[in-house]
Amino acid sequence: MTYKKRFDGREYDETRKIEVKAGVIKRADGSAMFKIGNTVAYAAVYGPRELYPRFMQDPEKGILRCNYNMMPFSGSGERVRPGPSRRAKEISMVTEKALLPVVDLGDFPNAVVDVFIELPQTDAGTRCAGICAASIALADAGIQMKDMVSAVSVGKVDDKLVVDLNYEEEAYEEGPVADIPIAMIPSTGELTLLQMDGEIKKDELLKAFEIGKKTLLRINEIQKKALKEKFKLEVE
Amino acid sequence: MTKEAKEIIIKYLKENNRYDGRKLDQYRDIVIEYDISKSAEGSARVKIGDTEVLAGIKLAVEAPYPDTPEDGNLMVGAELLPMSNPEFEGGPPGIDSIELARVVDRAIRESKAIDTKKLCIKKGEKAWAVMIDICPLNDSGNLFDAAALAAVAAVKNTKFPEYKDGIIDYKKKTNQSLPIKKLPVSVTIIKIGDYYLVDPINDEEKVIDARLTVALTEDNVICALQKGGDSPLSVDNVSKMIDIAAKKAAELRKKL
Repeated sequence: MTYKKRFDGREYDETRKIEVKAGVIKRADGSAMFKIGNTVAYAAVYGPRELYPRFMQDPEKGILRCNYNMMPFSGSGERVRPGPSRRAKEISMVTEKALLPVVDLGDFPNAVVDVFIELPQTDAGTRCAGICAASIALADAGIQMKDMVSAVSVGKVDDKLVVDLNYEEEAYEEGPVADIPIAMIPSTGELTLLQMDGEIKKDELLKAFEIGKKTLLRINEIQKKALKEKFKLEVE
Repeated sequence: MTKEAKEIIIKYLKENNRYDGRKLDQYRDIVIEYDISKSAEGSARVKIGDTEVLAGIKLAVEAPYPDTPEDGNLMVGAELLPMSNPEFEGGPPGIDSIELARVVDRAIRESKAIDTKKLCIKKGEKAWAVMIDICPLNDSGNLFDAAALAAVAAVKNTKFPEYKDGIIDYKKKTNQSLPIKKLPVSVTIIKIGDYYLVDPINDEEKVIDARLTVALTEDNVICALQKGGDSPLSVDNVSKMIDIAAKKAAELRKKL
């Protein structure tokens, strides 16, 4: 019961400062930058385009393919070796699953929509930042979507329920920590990403979801604003 | 398709013009931003027009190479991220990534930009390793010059982390910079037909006959060369290209 104030002075249900921009990568069909505190994620979308190798093609619908990658200098410690680690592969997979429920690729048989997520700077919450950026990038690319997806980590540090844990909180040693990245479809409240590291009781978990949901609705507003901002500029 | 594109490009070049309106020896706008990644010991973003490249530096303490026991290690890596160009593919670095990394590496290594002797902590046992990584975000042409500029800018921006009792505390940066002796700048000259141009955009890169990347230090000493493209160059061609490179290198260096 010693975690009385968050390390960086935030309220328990307050995220770090968020900055978002859509359309940051000219050559991509859609792109976005999502910054939350010291975590920065870029996402670029290419497609729908023809999928190779051919055996991966689905004649019924297009497929979504996500790739999450930390730049070699983006870790808080030693250089991250380039190339897909087991961790990066898993995150790529759960990112795909987080986005798939809102994406409609029924009109694009045999095609692929590629989503590339790159992180130049990290301080926890990278998969959530990546999903937020990717969701904006998909919309920016004009891919048919039912809704966007918003993501944030919720959790418990000692006895306090918190949102958007930073690295210092994830590494808290004086008490139990639970780190629960979630992604949600804002219009339905359904979860498309759910993972957890740590320990938490069921009633606390449900309470954490409640706090998370409120936060995600706020994040969704910021995502939508970034998209509107981009297209406003294009009209002018 | 490519043949027609080439004819159009040459038509413009005949009028000392390019189809984005630039002169043959004119770069697009260059913007350098420092310290773009707090995770790195040094970092920079270089924009040349729409082309955008990030470079970051990580430091570590390693054993020096056996043939240079009194020098720190230097490594340059580059990955042509599929994010930056629809034609780039994921997977292990292809030949284009490797060439880019090696050309940037040569400019920094051969100019002795970093005084690697000063990176030695204990002869034959411990020395600082400087690991430079180049990540293009958007490839709208001329990654070579953007990457080289970003790498040197990141070197300039680097601060050592705290190092005590054999352990690096990456969280704490000192105010000590890398021992820099020279600032090499690379200029890539493209030859299309009988014309020389700098800072090509994607369409121009596709139709080149030859290219020559020239890295120069502030005293106009050439510290690295790399010829590319399928056509040969005469000595006279090379001489002219180096002259253009020297003039342009001075211009680029002012941006650093």
